[in-house]
Amino acid sequence: MTSSELYQRNHDRHPPTYTPEYKSSVLRSPRNAPISLQNSLSEITGPVFSSSELGPLDNDLIMNYAKQGMPIGERIIVHGYVRDENGLPMRNTLVEVWQANAGGRYRHKKDQYLAPIDPNFGGCGRTLTDDNGYYVFRTIKPGPYPWRNRINDWRPAHIHFSLSGTAFAQRLITQMYFEGDPLIAQCPIVQSINNDDAVRSLISVLDKTAAIQLDSLAYRFDLVLRGRRATLFENRLQGKA
Amino acid sequence: MLKNTYLLETPSQTAGPYVHIGLAPSAAGFDIFENNFGPVLTSAETRGERIRIEGRVLDGSGTPLRDVLLEVWQANAAGRYQHPQDHQHDKNRDEHFRGWGRTCSDFASGIYAFDTIKPGPVTGRDSKLMAPHVNLWIVARGINLGLHTRMYFSDEESANHADPVLNLIEQEVRRNTLIGRRENTPEGTLYRFDIVLQGENETVFFDV
Repeated sequence: MTSSELYQRNHDRHPPTYTPEYKSSVLRSPRNAPISLQNSLSEITGPVFSSSELGPLDNDLIMNYAKQGMPIGERIIVHGYVRDENGLPMRNTLVEVWQANAGGRYRHKKDQYLAPIDPNFGGCGRTLTDDNGYYVFRTIKPGPYPWRNRINDWRPAHIHFSLSGTAFAQRLITQMYFEGDPLIAQCPIVQSINNDDAVRSLISVLDKTAAIQLDSLAYRFDLVLRGRRATLFENRLQGKA
Repeated sequence: MLKNTYLLETPSQTAGPYVHIGLAPSAAGFDIFENNFGPVLTSAETRGERIRIEGRVLDGSGTPLRDVLLEVWQANAAGRYQHPQDHQHDKNRDEHFRGWGRTCSDFASGIYAFDTIKPGPVTGRDSKLMAPHVNLWIVARGINLGLHTRMYFSDEESANHADPVLNLIEQEVRRNTLIGRRENTPEGTLYRFDIVLQGENETVFFDV
């Protein structure tokens, strides 16, 4: 693998810092422009993970918190490929997910929604991508839920994704939505992205090919992390070029 | 118009208020993974000066965020990253120091902390030495795209003065927002580092 700089981030596809329709951003958004930093080792390196750090059920949200039975809800598979902007597979990337249960309730001290907690569902999982950049989770389809933004705002059903990449500057958190959900178009968090094509890239598609017969439907969700230039970085760093 | 064939980076979305469920489930109040990623970067064998980094993340009203999650990424005591792409062969690796940790602020006080070692200086662009620093990444409800910043060390005044990244910041007064203040406490060396998201003394964030 070559040591090289990352492509500059394209901010047109990301939500701006200040998005007043999503009210929490108002006091939590920096007002000064960020300082643009050409990559150094501090940005092109990042933590390396190994499969020995994960447990065998970590990517199985149906079973990893099942205490006295199975969680309630639609059983689904969520799977896809993590690539970089050059289309190359992102291997050994830590993919972490979290979500509400089928009723739209999180297992969290701060979630006061009246939907019940599912005693058999924790709502989190993690895995490492394989040599092809492929990941897979098994879970329960999360429910939509109301939240305190505008008084009658509802989040579309979604799964949170966190990706490590191989460089600290590739670190990314996003959310996966489900094809056909009418709440997507009304959600202030989704709409914080001012780019329809970028929003579409967060919507997973029903994937019957990967469904398990008489068991689970499947959704396909591919992700892209920042690409790297082909130019060797350390040559410049060492002053040899 | 002709189009090139590059893919485009997946857009960011806020980590939301329940980021703990996925990234630090024990903070959310339940144990699910055998191995949790946490805020202690050291083991008994790690080389280097033990330090604690502690602070708060403050919003535009000065209120500490009590739902924030931070990650730290840093070099070892010799100034080398535990990563295959760090080829600074003049600096030793330390197999007992990964250089990465994750922490949540306390739900009541909003205080976050990392237990780590003081990093050595890393060679930056054009062979210019960077002053010792830790790289931080901050996510929370209301933060639409994870924020990157750095903490430098108050007892490295001359190195900080020559640091190529600090010197990119035109307003000298803003460079101070990246300095962790050393304090000697009965428990050991502490660097206090508050991160201000908005308003007076807003921390410098980097588009990396």
